Amino acid sequence: MNILTVSPSPHVKDNMSTQRIMLCVIASLLPAVIASGVIFGLRALMLIAVCILSSIIFEAVTRIIMKKEQTIGDLSAVLTGLLLALNLPVTLPFWQAAIGCFTAIVIVKQLFGGLGQNFANPAIVGRIVLMLSFTSNMTTWAVPQYWKENGKEIVTSATPLVTETASYKDLFLGNTGGCLGETCALALLIGGIYLIVRKIISPVTPVAFIGTVALLNLIAGNDVLYQILSGGLILGAFFMATDYVTTPVTPAGKLIFGIGCGIITFLIRQFGSYPEGVSFSILLMNIVTPYIDRFTMTKPIGAVKEAKEK
Amino acid sequence: MKKLNGVRLKHHKSTAKCQTAALPVPDLVTIPMLMNMGAPCNPLVKVGDTVKVGQKIGDTDAFMSVPVHSSVSGIVKSVTDIKLAGGNICKAVTIEPDGEQTVSEEVQPPVINSKEEFVKAVRESGITGLGGAGFPTHIKLNPKGEIDTLVINAAECEPYITSDHRQMLEDPDAVIGGIKTVMKYLSIPNAIIGIENNKPDAISLLSEKTGSDTSITVKTLPASYPQGAEKVLIYNTAGRIVKEGQLPSDQKVIVLNVSTAAQIYYYCQTGMPLIERRLTVDGDIVKNPCNLTVKIGTPVSKVLEYAQCDTEKMNKLILGGPMMGMSAFDLETSIVKGNNAVLAFEKYSEPVVTNCIRCGRCIKACPFNLMPTEMEKAYNRKDVEALKKLKVNLCMNCGCCTYACPAGRKLAETNQLAKALIPRK
Repeated sequence: MNILTVSPSPHVKDNMSTQRIMLCVIASLLPAVIASGVIFGLRALMLIAVCILSSIIFEAVTRIIMKKEQTIGDLSAVLTGLLLALNLPVTLPFWQAAIGCFTAIVIVKQLFGGLGQNFANPAIVGRIVLMLSFTSNMTTWAVPQYWKENGKEIVTSATPLVTETASYKDLFLGNTGGCLGETCALALLIGGIYLIVRKIISPVTPVAFIGTVALLNLIAGNDVLYQILSGGLILGAFFMATDYVTTPVTPAGKLIFGIGCGIITFLIRQFGSYPEGVSFSILLMNIVTPYIDRFTMTKPIGAVKEAKEK
Repeated sequence: MKKLNGVRLKHHKSTAKCQTAALPVPDLVTIPMLMNMGAPCNPLVKVGDTVKVGQKIGDTDAFMSVPVHSSVSGIVKSVTDIKLAGGNICKAVTIEPDGEQTVSEEVQPPVINSKEEFVKAVRESGITGLGGAGFPTHIKLNPKGEIDTLVINAAECEPYITSDHRQMLEDPDAVIGGIKTVMKYLSIPNAIIGIENNKPDAISLLSEKTGSDTSITVKTLPASYPQGAEKVLIYNTAGRIVKEGQLPSDQKVIVLNVSTAAQIYYYCQTGMPLIERRLTVDGDIVKNPCNLTVKIGTPVSKVLEYAQCDTEKMNKLILGGPMMGMSAFDLETSIVKGNNAVLAFEKYSEPVVTNCIRCGRCIKACPFNLMPTEMEKAYNRKDVEALKKLKVNLCMNCGCCTYACPAGRKLAETNQLAKALIPRK
């Protein structure tokens, strides 16, 4: 007879695993990956491949050096690499992209104990570090389908957040300059809705985030739709501000998080010297997440407040 | 009213149509002296004694206790210590049946004229809750205050198990008789029978049988785990919240399992104490999934043999349901009063435990809105104050959090360990 397994109840588990969650998020980003290939060409796909591969390698090597069990199988490194790539301009040199991945995987994630232990979103910090280190490369935006205009030469332009000249249709379909994954709102919305339908993410955060940005721009008299569709707002709201590890766990916390992100994004865009504020807003809100969590603890059903001891 | 959280499970109720068969009397029964929540009994018989069916073989003066009766007629072979499935060690009486099943002279229908006599009779019947936890029924039926609603737990929310379902289909009159008996002696004006909507035949049968009686209502409940947990059931039937530190009777409610109610009826009619029970045998290596009435003290191996289970291939044996049942480690473990199922599996693997990713699925799964992930962290740093604030004592170990955790963390188990850290007042 086989040895019987004795374990505490429950003896069954649903089939959702960390790996499957990561796979779902990766799948939800495929429309954006395809869109980036169509808009920015082969180099976009190569940049994505470089980021994913270097993220996997950095994670594997760090785990080996730290003598910890291997975790690349959970696919979180793949997701981090993919998300970071989608936050980069197509013209960024590969080695610089790899530095971003190093920052994200090794410094932000592994040095804090690996998946689940990091306090800030790795891809966001990777992007911010690249932004501050290689500012000109990180703010050089290729014109969509540049090869059509001038052979192999990459033609660049300013982000539509600065020029404010793109049409809504171009913004919606991604026919503007910008990071790989942020230009095509349509592809991002398909992925975001997929994640909400599969109950991987809660709609509270993206709705609160985008809603707050919309409301504040309305009050300020800006072009609301233009502000929503341009820059990294949709990518950030659906895919970065919904990261489990670095955002609050309860619906109330997610609401506060989303509103906070929206306010900071608006303030940076409106008054800051950077054209884009989505990454900074998410990072700042990541930092206050433990406090939000503390103030938005659930109220257990049937709980009685403990009488104060005299 | 807010809907309580929970999880959706695959029902696996393939035995719902299986008419209950009687398992033959085995060649040896081992009857543990502890089959209830509370104190164990002292054996009243010694080696060599002849015992008869229904004869009392164990009792004690302790408050939380229920006497034990012989399920067979035969000769006492030994009185020794055994290890129960839960790990407790207690005395057990092993009896070799003579095959006659001679009924003891002690078995006489009880004479009941008052609530006190009724409560005493229920204790003498050896009845504990048949749903699994084994709470002494006579203590439940002797509340301090007035009770206005009797809730009958017929939710049977655990996968696989259909023993309560079969009780309702095969002998609905005993169920209703038991309910009426309890209502009569405890002066309870109303009863609600809560049944999950995956048992439409039981719902229509009991609705029909109670049709003319306005004091008993049948309430259809959504099939969502843990619908049959006492506090959840009270919330979903009577609409009341049993608060921290309260008993259901503090909310003027008593909850009885449907099979327990039927058992009370049988005892009042015949005087035969609880010596056998209905249980479901199922699982992926059970070739003949079935419902059986089994004599208390029968080894699990006999049950599995009857159900044609290939025990050679078995990797996991569960007594009770897959969500709250106990793992068994020994095929000779006795069937006790609270065993509503025996489940045997070949396919079983322990989930790999990885880091918490703070997805919040455990919080969304918890019926009482607790935060299992936070409680786990507080437990790991042995922070008793934080555990108290997180209300870990409200955890009923339903297992929803562990079930839902994508990182395979044993959250429900940790909650039980955490509860033990908090000093009792």
